[in-house]
Amino acid sequence: MQRYSGFGLVKHALRHHEDWQRQWRNPTPKPRYDVIIVGGGGHGLATAYYLAKEHGITNVAVLEKGWLGGGNTARNTTIVRSNYLWDESAALYEHAMKHWEGLSQELNYNVMFSQRGVLNLGHTLQDMRDIQRRVNANRLNGIDGEVLDAEGVQSLVPIMDCSKRARYPVMGASWQPRAGVARHDAVAWGYARAADALGVDLLQNTEVTGFKIRDGQIQGVHTNRGDIESKTVGCVTAGNSSVLASMAGLNLPLESHPLQALVSEPLKPVLDTVVMSNHVHGYISQSDKGDLVIGAGIDGYNGYGQRGSYPTVEHTLQAIVEMFPIFSRVRMNRQWGGIVDTCPDACPILSKTKVKGLYFNCGWGTGGFKATPGSGHVFAASLAKGEMHPIAAPFSIDRFHSGALIDEHGAAGVAH
Amino acid sequence: MFHIYCPYCEELREEEEFHPKGQAHIARPEEPDACSDEEWGDYLFFRDNPRGIHHEMWLHAVGCRKFFNITRNTVSYEILETYKMGEQPTVGAEHLAREEKTSSVQAAEGGQQTVGASDAALASVKGAQA
Ligand SMILES: Cc1cc2nc3c(=O)[nH]c(=O)nc-3n(C[C@H](O)[C@H](O)[C@H](O)COP(=O)(O)OP(=O)(O)OC[C@H]3O[C@@H](n4cnc5c(N)ncnc54)[C@H](O)[C@@H]3O)c2cc1C
Ligand SMILES: [Zn+2]
Repeated sequence: MQRYSGFGLVKHALRHHEDWQRQWRNPTPKPRYDVIIVGGGGHGLATAYYLAKEHGITNVAVLEKGWLGGGNTARNTTIVRSNYLWDESAALYEHAMKHWEGLSQELNYNVMFSQRGVLNLGHTLQDMRDIQRRVNANRLNGIDGEVLDAEGVQSLVPIMDCSKRARYPVMGASWQPRAGVARHDAVAWGYARAADALGVDLLQNTEVTGFKIRDGQIQGVHTNRGDIESKTVGCVTAGNSSVLASMAGLNLPLESHPLQALVSEPLKPVLDTVVMSNHVHGYISQSDKGDLVIGAGIDGYNGYGQRGSYPTVEHTLQAIVEMFPIFSRVRMNRQWGGIVDTCPDACPILSKTKVKGLYFNCGWGTGGFKATPGSGHVFAASLAKGEMHPIAAPFSIDRFHSGALIDEHGAAGVAH
Repeated sequence: MFHIYCPYCEELREEEEFHPKGQAHIARPEEPDACSDEEWGDYLFFRDNPRGIHHEMWLHAVGCRKFFNITRNTVSYEILETYKMGEQPTVGAEHLAREEKTSSVQAAEGGQQTVGASDAALASVKGAQA
C-alpha cells in the first residue's frame, strides 16, 4: 500500500498526479473464504479490517451489491457522539469514540474527524430533566458532558434564536465537546483501502441472493456471481437486513424506513458546532465546504425506496428556521434518503442467530455512523472467536424475548 | 406525497392527514399469561418487513380519526388498496400467503387486482404516488 503523506502529495503534484496507486484491487471471487461479510458499508468494511488487523484472519471477502459505502454510510449527516444514557450503549458508542480519536492515523487516511462538539437542545422542563439525568449518567461512565443553560447555548451559537420570543424557546442543552462530525465517504474508503492492503477481497456488484445452510450450519452464500463458501458469514446490511434474514428463514424485530437529509448552497462559516433538537426535530451542522447539512426524521411508513416524503422535509426545514431565522432564505441544493433499519428499543442488534456461523450486525437505524469503528471492532472479535465480544453481548437478538431491552428511545437526545 | 383514499370518509386526502401505524392484522394473543416468552416477544416486537407488498394500519388522524388498512408496495410506494378495519385484503402479502395459504389470497406484482374501495375510487387509488 502506497502510504499517504504531505510529502507524497508534493511528490505526486510534481508528476501531475498521474501515478497514484488504486486504493483497492478489484479481485474475482475465490470459491471459499474463512469469513464472508455481506454489505460493504462502513460497518462491514470496518469489520473486515479488524478481522485482518487484530485477528490475523485475512482470507475474508466483503460482498457489496452496489459500490462500497453507497448505502447509509454515504447518506448520513455524519454526527458522531457517545452521550447515550444506558451503560450498555454508552460502552458501545464510547468504544467507537476512542477509535475515532485515532482513526486517521490508524488508517493513514484523513477521515476529517472534527471534534467540534454536539449540542442536544432542551425546550421544555422535562427535556431539561432528561438532559440532566443523561449527562450525569454519561459522567459516571467517564463520558464528557455538561448541562448548559440558554445563555451558555447562546454564547456557543450566537446565530441561534435563544430568545423567549421563539415558539419553543431554548431552555438549555447537553454539550459533549468531544463529539463532532467526520467525512462519511473517507471512513468507508479508508477502511476499504486498509483492509484490501491486508489481503481482504472487496467484491463490488456482488449481491447475496440466498444462503447455503446444512444441518443448521451456514455453508456459504449464493450470489449473482456464483456461490461462495464460508462457515462464518456476517450480515451488515442495514435497511436490507430483514430481506437477508428472511433468506435464511429468520425474522428480525426491524422495520425499514426512509430517512432523509439535505444540504444547502455553500455559505461563509457561520456554525462551528453541531446542533440537534429532539423537540422541534431537526439537526444541523456546517460542512468544511460551507454547506449546511440538515437531517430530517424518518417517514413513519415502511419503505425501501431511497427517498421519502416531501412533508417530512418541510417539517424539518420549519424546525431549522425556527431555531435559526438567519437561514430562512438559504436555498437547498440537494435532498436524498437512505433506508434505516429501526429497532424497537432504538439500539442495534449484534448477534448470533439460530443458524450456526451466521451473524447479524444491524438495527443501527438512524444513528449508526458514529458507531462504525466500534461496531466493526467488536463484531470482528465476535466473528473471530465465535463468542460475542463483551461490549456486543447485551445487543443480542435474545433481548426481545428475555425482555432485557436497552431503551434508548428518547433517552439519548435525537436518535442520530 | 401519498394521496390516500380513506375507506370511511370515502375521499382521497393528502398524506399529512394520516399517520402510519405499522403492520396490520396483528392479533393480540387471547391469553397473554399463557404465552411463552418467545410468543409474547414475537407479538410485541417482531414484524414482517417485506421488500414488496405490505399490509399496514393507518390512522386518519385529522379526518375521521378512524383506523383503516392499506396494502402498499414498499419499493414503488404504490398504494394497491385501502380497506376498513375487520376486512381482509384482496391483494396478498407474503405473510398472509405463508400463514393462510388460501386461494383467496393472490400474489400481486403490478397491483392489477381489484381493491376494496368502489370502482370509481379504484381508479384514483391507483394513481396514488409517493
Ligand atoms: C439521512 C440519514 C442521516 C443519518 N445521520 C446519522 C448521523 O448523523 N449520525 C449517525 O451516527 N448515523 C446517522 N445515520 C445512520 C447511519 O447512516 C447508519 O446507521 C450507518 O451508516 C449504517 O452503516 P452500515 O455500514 O451498517 O450500512 P450501509 O452503509 O447502508 O451498508 C450496508 C450495505 O449493504 C449492502 N447490501 C444490502 N443488501 C445486500 C445484499 N443482498 N448483498 C450484498 N450487499 C448488500 C448495501 O448495498 C449497503 O452498501 C443516518 C442515516 C441516514 C439515512
Ligand atoms: Zn377518514
